[in-house]
Amino acid sequence: MKQPTRPPACPDLPADVCQILDNSAGTLSLALAGRLDASTTTLLWHRLIQLTEAAAPQLLRIEAADITYCDGAGIGLLMELARRQLKRQGQFSLNGLNDDINRLWSLYRPENFLEIQSSRAHPCCLPEEAGRLAIQVGHGLLDMIRFGGELTLALLHAARHPRSIRWPEVWLVMEKAGVNALFIVGLISFLIGLIMAFQATIPMRQFGVEIYVANLTALSMLRELGPLMTALLLAGRTSSAFAAELGTMKINEEIDALNTMGLAPIPFLVVTRVLATIIVMPLLSLFANLMGLVGGAVVLLSLGYPLVTYTNQVKSAVGLLDLTGGLAKTLIFALIVAGVGCLYGLKTRSGASAVGDSATRAVVSGIILIVIADGLFAVVYYFLGI
Amino acid sequence: MPTPQEAIIEVRNLTFGYGDSVILQDVSFDVRRGEIFVVLGGSGCGKSTLLKNMIGLHRPQAGRVLYDGQDMVTAEGAQRRALLRSIGVMYQSGALFGSLTLTENVRLPLEEFTDLPDAAMDLVAAMKLQLVGLSDFGQYLPSELSGGMRKRAAIARAMVLDPQILFLDEPTAGLDPIISAEMDQLILQLAKSLNMTFVIVTHELPSIYTVADRVIMLDQRVKGIVAAGTPIQLRDDSPDPWVRSFFRRETIPDATGGQTSP
Repeated sequence: MKQPTRPPACPDLPADVCQILDNSAGTLSLALAGRLDASTTTLLWHRLIQLTEAAAPQLLRIEAADITYCDGAGIGLLMELARRQLKRQGQFSLNGLNDDINRLWSLYRPENFLEIQSSRAHPCCLPEEAGRLAIQVGHGLLDMIRFGGELTLALLHAARHPRSIRWPEVWLVMEKAGVNALFIVGLISFLIGLIMAFQATIPMRQFGVEIYVANLTALSMLRELGPLMTALLLAGRTSSAFAAELGTMKINEEIDALNTMGLAPIPFLVVTRVLATIIVMPLLSLFANLMGLVGGAVVLLSLGYPLVTYTNQVKSAVGLLDLTGGLAKTLIFALIVAGVGCLYGLKTRSGASAVGDSATRAVVSGIILIVIADGLFAVVYYFLGI
Repeated sequence: MPTPQEAIIEVRNLTFGYGDSVILQDVSFDVRRGEIFVVLGGSGCGKSTLLKNMIGLHRPQAGRVLYDGQDMVTAEGAQRRALLRSIGVMYQSGALFGSLTLTENVRLPLEEFTDLPDAAMDLVAAMKLQLVGLSDFGQYLPSELSGGMRKRAAIARAMVLDPQILFLDEPTAGLDPIISAEMDQLILQLAKSLNMTFVIVTHELPSIYTVADRVIMLDQRVKGIVAAGTPIQLRDDSPDPWVRSFFRRETIPDATGGQTSP
């Protein structure tokens, strides 16, 4: 306390609601009057707390006979004054409250509210936050490894017993994740091929080698961009759908129902989705390659080259190894897309926002893992000479 | 001091249906200030539909719902918002926001509708939670609580702005007998100490006997009210054997002919 002596009377206290009757010798007397509702409480709250904190009276007396109406917020204000008084071991007296309000007041005891927790526990400092994050990441990795193991076992089992797979669901997922994605995959790949070829034309023209635009388009589409773009699109489209679907099933206790029926969710739900994605992803990627090459062809045709020149140039630029190398990557990408989506779906916790969180996490982790995997492939292919 | 007989809600000739199928036909009744008013009836008789009409979620095909003389059905804009602020609703499953802690759930109306300082909102929320016996659970998420606790938290949220009327949809359904009895006591205590009017939809007989000042009973067959009065009156003196059976939790006697249970 900066000023143990008498503080100046609060000049901005609204006089019609609150008046200071006495502020001396360790006694502070206040008179409250009129409607003590949320808006008056808002007005009085900080001022009264400031006043009582500065005066720190032995006895805080409130004359309340003229209060005509008091709601929860008003009772809250009286309670705040009472509990602060209790905390500094002073006395608090509330006089003349009318019966209605007194009944309300007597529902609460100041000693129950000595410690008010703010609405949510905040982490104290950076190290704590960093620690929490590290533990979260650690748990996430553990979950991923555990899930990967279970999925591998389930896939091996499915390979040995193909009849145990629920094929109708596989077809359904293939349609949703594959056929329905054809348009967006085709459009994006076409535009990427077109834009890449167009941008490459400008520097190439300076050297008079526009025809090498065909080599560039073909190589980059088949080896990198076709599979990668397909995987990224499916991560956004399919992975999030899996996470949301399985997450909603988890919240509706459908996963629990499966478990109690003796059907483990991973063989029952995840294997079908992973399998369907593994089947459609190379096909989609093939289509993406084709559309990318078409995009490149449009640019070269508009430059006046005949189509046969373009196709011959493409044939000489890329071989079967480039194509298969690219497609082989999509198998791993498919595993990542479907696996991560299902994993986050099954990890969904409760609450309305949980499903959204799961879908978001699935997409973000999926994209990161795809890019990492692509980088590893680049290194491996380099050493293998593919 | 309001007179005990004064009507706070007047429902007049309310008719409502989904599409062509009429659920409620020409329903009229009053709710008096300060009483605990129970709407009951068998499953599928339109109890919850009536409630949703009264709180303005559904628009009746005909009729009026008057709060202190103001019609909820035609009210719009600021008038409607003012009417809605005078009521609080507890939904059957609580309808707490799953991503917020209990304190945050209870604070939310305060944040949106008042300018109270943060500390004041925390204190008021803590007080309301204490009132429903959940003072130690402010930091919990709704998913971490039992069904009864969620319902009590929902009551705390419904009354944080001190509404005059509190609507409770099935406050004791799915709770064990002890928790149900505690819930009844809570309702009685709130009604007595806060002078609130309660409109409760339920078909739990023990609760009805404990809390209800007056009840109306809805029935599918007449698409409206078959009986009104105090629970004891209806149990002992109702001319309708179906109503008497309902209150005595008996099967319908065969001799009643046309009066069979739906």
